[in-house]
Amino acid sequence: MEWETVIGLEIHTQLATKSKIFSGASTTYGAEPNTQACAVDLGLPGVLPVLNAEVVRMAAMFGLATHSTVAPRSVFARKNYFYPDLPKGYQISQFELPIVHHGYLDIELEDGRSKRIGITRAHLEEDAGKSLHEAYLGKTGIDLNRAGTPLLEIVSEPDIRSAREAVAYMKKIHSLVRYLGISDGNMQEGSFRCDANVSVRPKGQQAFGTRTEIKNINSFRFVEQAINYEVERQILLLEGGGTVVQETRLFDPDKHETRSMRSKEEANDYRYFPDPDLLPVEVDEAFLASIRDSLPELSDARKTRLVSDYGLSEYDAGILTASRELADYFESAVNAAAGAGKLTANWVIGELSAALRRDDREIKDSPVDAAALGSLLLRIEDGTISGKLAKQVFEAMWKGEGSADEIIEQQGLKQISDASAITGIIREVLGKNPAQVEQYRAGQVKLIAFFVGQVMKATQGKANPQQVNELLRKLLDS
Amino acid sequence: MYQKSLVELAADLQKGAYSSEELTRACLQRIHTHDERLNSFVTVTETQALTAAQAADAAIKAGTAGPLTGIPFAHKDIFCTNGVKTSCGSRMLDNFIAPYDATVTQKLLAAGAVMVGKTNMDEFAMGSSNETSFYGPVRNPWDETTVPGGSSGGSAAAVAARLVPVSTGTDTGGSIRQPAALCGVTGLKPTYGRVSRYGMIAFASSLDQGGPFARSAEDAAVLLGAMAGFDARDSTSVDRPVDDYVAQLNQPLQGLKIGLPKEYFGAGLDTAVGDAIAVAIEEFRKLGATVTEITLPNTHLSVPAYYVVAPAECSSNLSRFDGVRFGHRAANAQDLQDLYTRSRGEGFGSEVKRRILVGTYALSAGYYDAYYLKAQQVRHLIRDDFLQAFAQVDVIMGPTAPSVAFKLGEKADDPVSMYLSDIYTISVNLAGLPAISIPAGFSNGLPIGLQVIGNYFAEARLLNIGHRYQQVSDWHTRSPQGFE
Amino acid sequence: MELDASDVEKIAHLARLGINTEDIPAYARNLTDILAFVEQLNSVDTTGVEPLAHPLDATQRLRPDEVTETNNRENFQKVAPETESGLYLVPQVIE
Repeated sequence: MEWETVIGLEIHTQLATKSKIFSGASTTYGAEPNTQACAVDLGLPGVLPVLNAEVVRMAAMFGLATHSTVAPRSVFARKNYFYPDLPKGYQISQFELPIVHHGYLDIELEDGRSKRIGITRAHLEEDAGKSLHEAYLGKTGIDLNRAGTPLLEIVSEPDIRSAREAVAYMKKIHSLVRYLGISDGNMQEGSFRCDANVSVRPKGQQAFGTRTEIKNINSFRFVEQAINYEVERQILLLEGGGTVVQETRLFDPDKHETRSMRSKEEANDYRYFPDPDLLPVEVDEAFLASIRDSLPELSDARKTRLVSDYGLSEYDAGILTASRELADYFESAVNAAAGAGKLTANWVIGELSAALRRDDREIKDSPVDAAALGSLLLRIEDGTISGKLAKQVFEAMWKGEGSADEIIEQQGLKQISDASAITGIIREVLGKNPAQVEQYRAGQVKLIAFFVGQVMKATQGKANPQQVNELLRKLLDS
Repeated sequence: MYQKSLVELAADLQKGAYSSEELTRACLQRIHTHDERLNSFVTVTETQALTAAQAADAAIKAGTAGPLTGIPFAHKDIFCTNGVKTSCGSRMLDNFIAPYDATVTQKLLAAGAVMVGKTNMDEFAMGSSNETSFYGPVRNPWDETTVPGGSSGGSAAAVAARLVPVSTGTDTGGSIRQPAALCGVTGLKPTYGRVSRYGMIAFASSLDQGGPFARSAEDAAVLLGAMAGFDARDSTSVDRPVDDYVAQLNQPLQGLKIGLPKEYFGAGLDTAVGDAIAVAIEEFRKLGATVTEITLPNTHLSVPAYYVVAPAECSSNLSRFDGVRFGHRAANAQDLQDLYTRSRGEGFGSEVKRRILVGTYALSAGYYDAYYLKAQQVRHLIRDDFLQAFAQVDVIMGPTAPSVAFKLGEKADDPVSMYLSDIYTISVNLAGLPAISIPAGFSNGLPIGLQVIGNYFAEARLLNIGHRYQQVSDWHTRSPQGFE
Repeated sequence: MELDASDVEKIAHLARLGINTEDIPAYARNLTDILAFVEQLNSVDTTGVEPLAHPLDATQRLRPDEVTETNNRENFQKVAPETESGLYLVPQVIE
């Protein structure tokens, strides 16, 4: 039988605020345990929550950027359950009336087509603390620094049909929240993580199959692996005459498999009700208009602009606009390189990206910044160095040996473009290789490459290759 | 000096008749002498009180004193007081030294008032008799075999017995007004949002409101003036200036339109209480008020609606007491579930457990719409009843409680009958309105309270009405025997 | 709605509330009485009535995004039953 996969993602993204969603405690990552958990975060008796204005603004930005409705009135509710990293015994979240709903996002498929993924809703909520298992002599330690950090939970429609699509969607959301500046998207620190709802059904069937939920996946790679494993597992189960159990599963990145979370198997009854400590959140048209005006240029629009402004291919522009940081880098570099679009794109996508990958660095930590790269590219443009030598200069710049001009100067890499100097060297080369000159003149014109090679060798690659070619032909053919 | 009102004491302090330290020592002495019988205090803060009194004396000398500077008072043990045990009447918090101050605590501290202790209360403010306290029942100073009312029974009894001139309380369904009535003192529940709830341990968040106990409306006006005000830490606090309650005390009552809801004078009301209220209403007529009968047709639904909303909110509010970060923790827990179940099982008393169970049930899957949502809809109807009434009249009057103080233990085994003792007070909380209870007579030597309900933010008018009445009556000046 | 012992146990578990076995019948009776009393709410038609969550129909006030709190761990952990190196400790949780 042919099966169809149905996937919906719930992405939790931490909002990049200075203070927590309901308290004035800092959200900085990595502090000593419980030093950033204030009375409100600890749920001390008598404390009360007050909503951070910034989270409303950020949620509204996300809503507008995804063609969603930003609700004129949304309500915070309590989700009641007991867990040691949940100080109040309830999580403040949004349930019936989320702040953002009914939007969509277009993703690009591998074959170049684009596909629309529906966004059911995006709601604001507080994060829980962290449990450190076996912290001390068989006890679990609780750190509540993260408790109360603002989260935007983005719930997709079950429109996704493969693990690849899920990754493309997740990357697009990741890129979007960073473009908007509402999240740092740091996956190692848990600022961006997702739950995947996965089911399969016979191709052509309308009704959904029974789904499982894979919790807390924190990398693009794991999302793909987890979903692929889960789809395979469900199909095997169904084809063997079994049934899929609706349950929560965890992905084990070491074994590349998902397994049932039996400890949380017990049916949850969250007893949602509107939080009486908080009032309905209202946003008006004027507020939304001001946000609409302040929205930065987003990836799709920027891609179109890069194609028209710099003559880039759709493909290159797509790569360069996948993240705001990369696109910003490209545009700064292009400016420094006097608008050499294609050349800059090749370098950013080629040399720079390869070096970043090799050293496992983020673009913001690149040792060669956009201005520095631009000034190197300028030297290719003005003929000071060849593209080949530029790679050598780039490597030196990467190691911190100086600016492009300094390195060119120090290493004496300046291209020789003086016709008489090159002619002198050519004469020398021809003089040393009379046999080859004979053969060339007898019709073996391919030998031109040999002569070019010899001249370049003699100049340590500094001679302008185009000029060498021209002058060689002139001398040999005369 | 213990018979003097707050206003008289403040005047004496100002002119140097005695110091705040002397006054505070006298107050502490009276607590030591008489409170063994009443059990109205959970904690007496002698050392802190004397330090505060000395500071107040310095302020008086420096000429920076306000109307509360140097005045001893007691806090209901529900307000967090930094460095002082804040038990909420529960074993759960028997070991809880609050690490911060409630906003009300801060405000009274800033006003120079001298806290002499924390008063006994029904556990987590759940009760109408003060019998659910972990620290044992409070006794009514008018008859020690009867209850003082609840949940702010300790605060009411301490003022009635003249142990302190004023005290604070909280009112979720009548917890200021009912004990004020049963103990023969003046108690006011402000408009929801008028007094900050920050640091006031939550029972039912959408209903809880702090307010003053005093011997007179005038004293209550001074205390409320210091307690009230906008607080940025409380999302439900109202950003609106506080009226000058004292300045408006003497407004004439000529032309005041009083409404008497017929539902407040029907079956279930003790005859003697009804008669006393009628006499008091007559007094208001003499002061120039007009009286009309009105109707609040959904009154009978207020107690049922309350007993869904309040337990539902409390079941969630009390989840934070889990033995992890503060409060009681069961010894030798086998695992996490055992830790939760036993810490909460041991820490909470039976009335609190009952309400947590009711509230958990009302919110659970399949019942939310039938109970919680329905109750919140009924709440809307109840508020609309009041709004319609206030289109016709200025204030609503009636009895605060259906009877005078009942015997200790009388209703302890029958929760529903206990809940009905709040029948006249509960709808006011559901609507978020202000209301005051003032002494209006006695039956068999036990005090009767008159309740006056006002429109939103009409606290000044309520205090004015109480004050004018107290100029022509002396119920509020009577004090129980045996506390000389 | 008649609640029996098993209902009480289920609700108590949801609320993580330890209650003595011998008290369960009394709780079942109390709860049944309270729920019967609350049934009165069904005597009124509330079709189309907005639930009232807040008496003054107010809306949420927003706080500026500023860090106003500083580390107060030592003070807060003085009232904690068990801590170690700044962490609150609980019996081991098995995921």
